[in-house]
Amino acid sequence: MNFKEFAAKSGEWLRGIGPQSDIVISSRIRLARNLADFPFIRWCADIDRANIAAIARERLFGQLEASGLSMVDVAELDDLDRQFLVERQLISRELSDSDGARCVMFDKEEKFSLMVNEEDHLRIQVMTSGLDLASAWERIDAIDDKVEESLTYAYHPDFGYLTACPTNVGTGMRVSVMLHLPALVITRQVEKVFRSLQKISLAVRGLYGEGSHAMGDFYQISNQITLGKTEEELLEQVGEVVPVLISYERKARDFLMEESQNDLKDQIRRAYGVLRSAQQISSEETLHLLSKVRMGVNLDLIPDVEIGVVNKLCIHTQPAHLQKLCGRDLSSSERNVERAKYLQSHLRELEGNGETSTRSQ
Amino acid sequence: MLLLSSDGLRLVLQVGCPRMKCQKCEKPATFHITELTNGEVMALHFCAECAEKYLKQGQSKEKASPTIAGVIAHQLKIGQTAQDLARLDEKSCPVCGIKFLDFRQGGRLGCPHDYVYFADELLPLLVNIHGETKHVGKQPKRGTVDTDQHTDLIRLRREMREAIEKEDYEAASSLRDQIRDIEGKCRP
Repeated sequence: MNFKEFAAKSGEWLRGIGPQSDIVISSRIRLARNLADFPFIRWCADIDRANIAAIARERLFGQLEASGLSMVDVAELDDLDRQFLVERQLISRELSDSDGARCVMFDKEEKFSLMVNEEDHLRIQVMTSGLDLASAWERIDAIDDKVEESLTYAYHPDFGYLTACPTNVGTGMRVSVMLHLPALVITRQVEKVFRSLQKISLAVRGLYGEGSHAMGDFYQISNQITLGKTEEELLEQVGEVVPVLISYERKARDFLMEESQNDLKDQIRRAYGVLRSAQQISSEETLHLLSKVRMGVNLDLIPDVEIGVVNKLCIHTQPAHLQKLCGRDLSSSERNVERAKYLQSHLRELEGNGETSTRSQ
Repeated sequence: MLLLSSDGLRLVLQVGCPRMKCQKCEKPATFHITELTNGEVMALHFCAECAEKYLKQGQSKEKASPTIAGVIAHQLKIGQTAQDLARLDEKSCPVCGIKFLDFRQGGRLGCPHDYVYFADELLPLLVNIHGETKHVGKQPKRGTVDTDQHTDLIRLRREMREAIEKEDYEAASSLRDQIRDIEGKCRP
C-alpha cells in the first residue's frame, strides 16, 4: 500500500459533516470479539497468533464488504508507518506497539476497520462523522453478524462475548463520541462536567487516549460498563449525555460571545495569525491553536475556512502524516519547519480565495 | 473483600487492567472500588496512588490512615486466610494453564474457559466493574454453539507443544491427529 498517496486524503469520518459537527467530530463504536478455539492474545504462542491472522485473512478479507477492503500487515511495517495508522485512528497504539502476527483491514472511506490480534483476537470499529451513533451501530451490528457466519466466537450465555479483560466482557462494546469543547475549557467548567460523567459510569479520554488540554480540547466520552446492559441501552447511555454536553458547550460559547467577545476574538485571530505565519511550529502548539481556529470558524469569527479543512489539518500536521506528505523522514526540528509551511499553504490559500471573491463582488 | 467505611459499605479490589484508566489521572486503574451508601452504588477506578489518596480521605476523620498495602492486607485477612489466598493464586486453568496469580498480576485472562473455571473469583470483580454479572445483550445469530470442542482445541494444541518440547513425538503426532479431526468438525 502506498502510504504517501493515502496520506494526502483523509478519512470520511473527518469531513466535518453530519449532525452537530461543529462540536462533535466523530462517533465510534467498537466490538471486542474472540475466537472460541484459541487462547486470549496475551497467552497465545506465536503459531496461534499466526493462525488467527491467517483465519481472519482467509475467511473475512474479501467477504465483509462488497466494495472491497484494504489489508495491512502491521508486523511488517516500520515505526513510521505504524505511527501513521495510529494517527489516522485505523489502529490502536496497543496494536502498533505489540509484537507478533497482526493486521488491520479497512474500507475505502476509513469508516470501518478490523484489527486482528490486538488485546482481543478481533476488534471491529465503525466511525461516522458528527453525532450519528445509530448508523454506526446498524453497520457494525451487520458486520459482526457477517463475521460470525465465518467463525465461532467465544461466547457464554451468562457472560456474553468473552474478552481478555473482564472490563470488556458482555457486549464487548465501547461507544464513544469525540467532542470539541474549547469554551468549556476556557470557562473552566470542563473538570466539573467530567466529574459528573464519571458518576454515571462514563469515561473521558483525550484525542488518542491520553487526555490533556494541550491536545486541542478534544475529548472522547465513552461507556465504562459493558455487561448487564443491552447494546441499545449502552448507545442510549452515551447518546443521551452528548446533547447535554453540546448544550453546555454552546452556552459557554454564547457566554464568551456576550461577556468577552473582544478577548475571544483576539485569541482566535492571534491563533489564526500564528498558524498562517509561523516559520516553525510543534504539533502540540498546532493542535492548541487549531482548536481556537476551529471554534472561531464555528462562531463566524474567521471567514472562508471550512470545518473539514481544520479537522484535516489536525491529523495531517501530526508527525507521521507530515513525514508521509513530505515523502521522507524528518527530524523533530525539520518537522516543525515543514509543519509551518504546510499550515501556511493551506490557510493562506484559503484566505487568498476569500479576498479575491470579496474584491470581485 | 468488604470493608466498612464511615458511612456505608466499601468493596475494594486490586486487579491490574492496563486498558482501564484511573479516573483522576491517566495511569492504569488497578484499584476498583465500589461504594454502597444508603442504597446507592458508586463504582470508582483508580491507580494505586489515587486510590491511596481516596481511601485516606474517608478514613482521616477517624484515625491515622494506614498505607494502601496495609488496607489490602487487612481486607484479605477479613475474607480469607493466607493459605486460602496462596491456594487461590496457584489454581490453574486446565485448558490454557494460567494461574489465577497470572491474571491478578497481568490483568488479562488466558482463555475463554477461564470465565467458567475462575467464575467464583471473577464474579465479585464483575459486580465491581459492571454492577452486574449477567449478559443481556446481543447473542450470536447461529445461536449459542456448543463450544466445548473449541475449548478442547486450546488444550490439545498446548499439550501437543508440550509433547514436542519433551521430544515425545509419538504423543505429539497422536495429538495432532485429534486436533485435525476436531478442527474439521468445528468449522462453521
